[in-house]
Amino acid sequence: MSTAFLGMPELPGGHGNLRGAAEFPDAARQALGNRQLRDNLAHATGAIRAKRSAVVDEVPDWEELRAAGSAVKADTLARLPELLEQLESAVQARGGVVHWARDAEEANRIVTELAGRQGAREVVKVKSMATQEIGLDAALDAAGITATETDLAELIVQLDNDRPSHILVPAIHRNRREIAEIFAEHMRDDQGRPPTDLGDDPAALTEAARRYLREKFLRTPVAVSGANFAVAETGTLCVVESEGNGRMCLTLPDTLITVMGIEKVVPTWRDLEIFLQLLPRSSTGERMNPYTSMWSGVHGEGGAPDGPREFHLVLLDNGRTRALADDVGRQALHCIRCSACLNVCPVYSRTGGHAYGSTYPGPIGAILSPLLTGMDADDTNASLPFASTLCGACYDVCPVKIDIPSVLVHLRGQATRSGHRTERATMRLLAWLMSSAGRFTAARRLMRLARFGARGGRFRRLPPPLSGWTDHRDLPAPPRRTFRQWWAARRRNGGGAR
Amino acid sequence: MRVALLATCVADTIAPRAARATVRLLERLGHEVDFPAEQTCCGQMHINSGYPDLAMRLIRHHADTFGGYDAVVLPSASCAGSIRHQHAVVARSRGDAGLAERADALAARTYELSELLVDVLGVHDVGARYPHRVTYHPTCHSLRMLRVGDRPLTLLRHVRDIDLVELPAAEECCGFGGTFAMKNSATSGAILADKVANIRSTAASVCAAADSSCLLHIGGGLSRSRTPVRTVHLAEILASTEGTDAL
Amino acid sequence: MSARSEILARVRAALADEPAVRQVPREYRQHSRDAGTADLAEMFGERLAEYTARVHRATPEHTPAEIIAEVLRARGASSAVVARGLPARWRPGTASIGLVDDTGLGIGELDRTDAAVTGCAVAIAETGTLVLDAGADQGRRAISLIPDHHVCVVRTDQIVGTVAEALAALDPLRPLTFISGPSATSDIELDRVEGVHGPRNLDVIVTPVGC
Repeated sequence: MSTAFLGMPELPGGHGNLRGAAEFPDAARQALGNRQLRDNLAHATGAIRAKRSAVVDEVPDWEELRAAGSAVKADTLARLPELLEQLESAVQARGGVVHWARDAEEANRIVTELAGRQGAREVVKVKSMATQEIGLDAALDAAGITATETDLAELIVQLDNDRPSHILVPAIHRNRREIAEIFAEHMRDDQGRPPTDLGDDPAALTEAARRYLREKFLRTPVAVSGANFAVAETGTLCVVESEGNGRMCLTLPDTLITVMGIEKVVPTWRDLEIFLQLLPRSSTGERMNPYTSMWSGVHGEGGAPDGPREFHLVLLDNGRTRALADDVGRQALHCIRCSACLNVCPVYSRTGGHAYGSTYPGPIGAILSPLLTGMDADDTNASLPFASTLCGACYDVCPVKIDIPSVLVHLRGQATRSGHRTERATMRLLAWLMSSAGRFTAARRLMRLARFGARGGRFRRLPPPLSGWTDHRDLPAPPRRTFRQWWAARRRNGGGAR
Repeated sequence: MRVALLATCVADTIAPRAARATVRLLERLGHEVDFPAEQTCCGQMHINSGYPDLAMRLIRHHADTFGGYDAVVLPSASCAGSIRHQHAVVARSRGDAGLAERADALAARTYELSELLVDVLGVHDVGARYPHRVTYHPTCHSLRMLRVGDRPLTLLRHVRDIDLVELPAAEECCGFGGTFAMKNSATSGAILADKVANIRSTAASVCAAADSSCLLHIGGGLSRSRTPVRTVHLAEILASTEGTDAL
Repeated sequence: MSARSEILARVRAALADEPAVRQVPREYRQHSRDAGTADLAEMFGERLAEYTARVHRATPEHTPAEIIAEVLRARGASSAVVARGLPARWRPGTASIGLVDDTGLGIGELDRTDAAVTGCAVAIAETGTLVLDAGADQGRRAISLIPDHHVCVVRTDQIVGTVAEALAALDPLRPLTFISGPSATSDIELDRVEGVHGPRNLDVIVTPVGC
C-alpha cells in the first residue's frame, strides 16, 4: 500500500479513506453472508430507483441536460488551472481565505489549525464526501477537537463508530430497529442522558436526532462543510441538502471552513442551472431537494452580518491530478456524487458499500478510488475495476454521462500490468490458440474429452479456477458436435441438411 | 442477400443450436449464409479481462477473416457490441490506426441477429411457430450497448402460438459478466439467484435471450436450483416452424 | 514549492495532452412550456404542496395579511420575526400576534420566536421552489431558519417556470437559499420524514401583485 505519488511523503492512512483492507471479492463474500444487510439494501435501493425514474421520466429535455452537464465538466477539466485561479481571486475578493492542500494529511492539518486558532473544542459538520475521504473527523479527534456529524445518516454511522456505505444515504445498510439500538446505546445529551420514548418509528428517531443536534447548532462556533459546486466567475459556493443541518452549519457559526475537491469548480453562474436540475432528480429522486444554500465569501453589509464572519475554502488535490492525467479515466472527475449509479448497480445493491473499502463505493467508486490512489501490485484497489459485470446500467443513469463501463475496462488493462502472472500466461495461450481456426479446433478436440467427466449432461463440480463457476451454477457438457462440424457435414451432404 | 455468419466461440463450442438456428432461419427467409472457416473469437474476453495487448491478435484475425463480406450477422449482442464499440478503440489505443480503420468499417456492417432481421431485412414476422410459454431476458449488452430496444420482442410477438410472459426486473443483469462469474463468484451467484427467482415466478417453460453466454449462465443457475425451465436462444424460437420444433 | 504552485503545476502536467475545450451545448429548455402566469402559479402551488408545504391563495378579499394571521394562529404562534423591510400591507393588524422586527436578534432570541414571515426573491414553478436572497422583505438567513414555522409570501410576478429562468433573475453575489418544502430526511429506510432541523412548518401564500 505504499503508493509514491510525485515523491510525496505518505503519512499513516496515506490518501485517507480511499482503500480497504481486503480485496473486493473477499469483502463482498462477507457482506453477502449478512441476510439483514441484503434485505436492507434491496429495499432501499429499490425504493430510490423507483423515485428517480419517476422524476427523470417527466423531464422532456433530460438528455440535453445530460449532454450539457457532461460538456461543462469536460470543459472545466480542460481549463482547470485558470478556473481555480479565477475561483481563488473571486473568493478572496469577497472576504474569503483560500488554502490549497496536496493530500489528505495537509488538508486535515489546515482544518485542524484553523479550528484550533478559534480555540474550538467542538465543530459541527455538514455531510461531505471530501472530508470523509480525508478522514477529517479522526484527525480533529486526535487534536482534541470533537467533530459532530449533523446529517442524520452520518450521525447514525458516527455514533456507531461505523463507516458510511452509500454516498447519499450513508446508513443505507441499517434498518430502523438497528438505528433505534444505536441511538439508545450511544446518543447522550449534555447531561449524559440517553434519549427517551425512542421506539423504532423513523419520525421518532428523527425527532431524537433533532433534539440532540439542535443545541449544538445554536452554540458551536466553527462549522466544516464540503461543497457541491463552486462558481469560478463569482466565487459562489453551493451546498445541496435536505434536512436543514446544512443551513444551520452554513449560517449560524462564526467561522465556516469548506473543504472541496479541485474538480468541483464550474466556470459560470449559469452552469448551475444545469446541475441544479440533474443532481436532485438523480440523487434523492425529487424535483428539487428541500434546501440549497449558496454564498460568496462573507456576507452582511455594515454592522449587520449575515452568516459566518470568517470563511475559509480548502482546495483539495489528494489524487485528483493523478486521475486527471489519465486521458480515459479523467471523466470520473465529472462526478457530482449523486449516487444514482449505486442504486442501479446489480453488484452494489447486493454487496453494499463497505465491500469497496473506499469512501467512494459502487460503480463510480470502482473507477474513482483506483484513479485517485493508483494501483500497485498488492493494492486492494486493483481489485475494484473487476467488481462489475459491465452491465452498463450505471452509464445509462449517470447525469454527467461518465462511461463507467469503458473506464472499468481501461483500468483493468492497467491492473493486469503488474501481478496476474498466471492469468496473463493463460490469456496469452488462449489468444494464440484462438487466432487460428486450426489451433482453435485442435484445442477444442482436447477439451471435449472432458465430456466423459460430466454426469447427466452437466458438471456440478470442477477444479479451480472453474470451481468459481460451479460453486453457484452447473456447466453443461460440451455437445457431441460443434457448430463447425455440423456445418462441414452439411456442406459434404450438399447443404441444406437439417 | 449474402450474409457471413460469425457463430461466436461460445455458440460454436457449447451452444451450437443457436448458430444452426440462425443459419436455418436466414435460409428459410431466402438468404445465403456463409461461414468463413477461419473465424474463431472476437476477443471480447481478452479486452474485458484487461488484456487489450493480447486482444489485438484476435481483433486483427477477425478483420482479416470478415473484411471481405458486405454483412456480418451474429447470434450474440455481446460479441456484436465488442466488435462495434471496442475493436477500433483498442486498436487505436495500441497505436494501430490502420487496423482501427478496418475495424470501424467492419463494425458498420456487423449486425446482431434481431438488428439484421428488423433493420436490414425489414422482417417482423419470420413465419415461426413456437407453442410454449416463454419469458424473454433482454441481455445487458443488447439493451445498453447495442440498444436493440424492442426488436427481439417485436419478432417474438409475431411468432404463432407463443405464450410470451413478461419477466419481472427483466432489465437487470443476470450476473454473468464474463470472468466476473469466476472472479466474483459469490456476488455473481447472488445476482443470478434473483434472476432465477424472477424467471420461476413467470411459470414459463422457456427462458429466451439473444446471448448464448448469458443463457449458459442462467441455464446453469436454473439447473443447479432444479428449476424446470429450459434456456433457448432467440434464434431457435424464430427458426421453429410447423414441422420442426427446434428443441 | 507552495501547495498552491505544486497543485497547479500537477494540473498543468496532467493536461499535457491538451484535451479539447468543448463548446457547451445548451439545447435544454430555458423556458417552461406552460408559460402563462396563471398556469405557472398553479403548477408552483401544486408542486410545492407535494412536498407537504401548505399553499394558500390570497385575493383582494382575502389578503396576505389576513392569511398570515390565520396560519400563525392555526399553529399557535404568538410571536413572529420579520425583516424591517417587510411591507406594511403584509403585516397582520391583530394584537394577538406580536411581530418582532429583526434588529440583530441573538440566536437564543430567534430560538424563542415561534415563526418567521418573509417575502422571497423568485419562485420556480416546475420544481415548487422558493428562493430567498436576504432582500429587504426577507432579512438575513437565520430568520427563516431558526423559528420552527416559516410563512413566505410569493407574488405571482415572482414565479418563473424553470430553474434556468430563476438563476437568470438572481444575483449570485447575495446569500441565496432555495427552499422546496419543509426540511425532510429519507435517511431511515428511505422513509420520508418531514421536519428535521429547518422549519418543520412551511406556509406559502401566493398573492396577486398589489395585494
